Amino acid sequence: MEIVVGSLLNGLVYGMLLFMLASGLTLIFSMMGVLNFAHASIYMLGAYFAYEISRWAGFVPALILAPILCGAIGAAIEIWGLRRVHHNGHIAELLFTFGLVFIIQRGLQMIWGMLPMPYRVPPALDFALFTMYGANFPAYRGFMLLVSAGMLLAIYLLLKKTRIGLIIQAALTHPNMVSALGHNVPVVFTTVFAGGCLLAGLAGVIGGNYLTTESSMADAMGPIVFVVVVFGGLGSLGGCFVASIIMGMIQTFAVVFDYTLGDLLVPLGVSVGGDNLLGEILTVPMARIGPLLPYAMMILMLLFRPRGLLGTRDT
Amino acid sequence: MTAVSLRDVRKSFGPTEIIRGVNLEIQSGERHALIGPNGAGKTTLFNLISGRFPITSGEIALNDRRIDALPPHKINRMGLSRSFQITSIFHRLSVFENLRCALLWSQGYSYSFWSPLWRQKALNERAEFLLEDLNLTSRRDILAGLLSYAEQRALEVGMTIAGGASVILLDEPTAGMSHSETDYAMALIRRVTQGKTLLMVEHDMKVVFDLADTITVLVYGQVIASGPPEEVRASKAVREAYLGALEE
Repeated sequence: MEIVVGSLLNGLVYGMLLFMLASGLTLIFSMMGVLNFAHASIYMLGAYFAYEISRWAGFVPALILAPILCGAIGAAIEIWGLRRVHHNGHIAELLFTFGLVFIIQRGLQMIWGMLPMPYRVPPALDFALFTMYGANFPAYRGFMLLVSAGMLLAIYLLLKKTRIGLIIQAALTHPNMVSALGHNVPVVFTTVFAGGCLLAGLAGVIGGNYLTTESSMADAMGPIVFVVVVFGGLGSLGGCFVASIIMGMIQTFAVVFDYTLGDLLVPLGVSVGGDNLLGEILTVPMARIGPLLPYAMMILMLLFRPRGLLGTRDT
Repeated sequence: MTAVSLRDVRKSFGPTEIIRGVNLEIQSGERHALIGPNGAGKTTLFNLISGRFPITSGEIALNDRRIDALPPHKINRMGLSRSFQITSIFHRLSVFENLRCALLWSQGYSYSFWSPLWRQKALNERAEFLLEDLNLTSRRDILAGLLSYAEQRALEVGMTIAGGASVILLDEPTAGMSHSETDYAMALIRRVTQGKTLLMVEHDMKVVFDLADTITVLVYGQVIASGPPEEVRASKAVREAYLGALEE
């Protein structure tokens, strides 16, 4: 029982972190048709910026400044990069963001080196919030939940209740019509791209010290965020949210449940020996299959429901 | 006074010239129909006038001001609004939100993203008024994607005129409609474009001859005839290129 509750909370924390990254990516993808490979790199930048700023000025300034910096970089990428490449089609855009991934990664390594950064949870949040079944729940995880819930609420209000939100929602499906109604669509695109990068930066700030701040953190996060976007469905923030939480839960639970597929068959009266191929497969512990599961689920989703959970069009 | 004028407008996609030197004058306040066989370049011409594609050469002017190098939103703000051949309403927004989106710019607010929508009284009143005008009040809060096809097209016409543009471009507003739906749509178009300049692409000849003051026939990217309906109907070139084929 304590494992279940603890894992639920951890899965939620991880899922919300995923959503913070994936929400921006899905908005950018469905509105501009740009599959931004560099999205997770911006997340990594956020973590490095936060480390550097918190060394000089503390965690709170880092929490505010690092995401803004990431948003500004996002706006610059959109205005001076993507907008120029756009005329040459989606492949050019894809290659452009793919190149950015390497530039950002190598750049970070040149400045900060290859070793993980000592970016730590701020001391003020480094205590046990409560104890549950003998295990501590760190206050920082509570803080992460709080920040991501605040972000969720802010996105919701922005999209549903404000003018720019109305235009963004409209531009998700018919950017040409929005443009024909007198709205400056390029400015809307830049805003959304910068906003998405700001959220990715925020995820880096609060995730960098929870996980590890190192130059491979984008590689670790990038693929799973794409899985979330495809699984949730293009053009749907709701689907993106559900997919984030599911993936967060799967990855957390797969680690703690040390069952094998063979164990699941035992109640059915089937027992499997470990000396043939089938037996080998059935005795692999769940913890080792866990990291594969999201990708397997994405492939199944693409095969049987290409538009994802709540998507509006095919991937 | 001339509302829209095109002078020797040409457009090529790659090596293929789709619009081959079109000259066209649309007078202020007239209802002008653009007809022609499939692939004649009617929709392309719409896309050029509304700024969606850049022209290759020539000149386009709206109320005597050059617009051929401007992006679509600027042309819209200068008083030209268009609809699309494929229904382009926002399916996942409610009918009311669709209209608000169409009204936002003309109501004169800049992009103050924090300003909450529910406080903008003038905007909301204007949207309610339009709902009534379009006979969609009972549909106010349902998603636009759930409207019947005819209602969707009516909503689209409403969104096109919402911003108060003086020149309206409609791309096949009655395509795919039944006879009674077509009659209703025609009455609606006639009513909401009162006092405005209307340019429309249309395939239904009944609609064209009932509604238009002037008809222009486009064949292979060139204007082969332009004038009052009777004159166009009598034109030998038009009969050969277009109407004849249709009546047989």
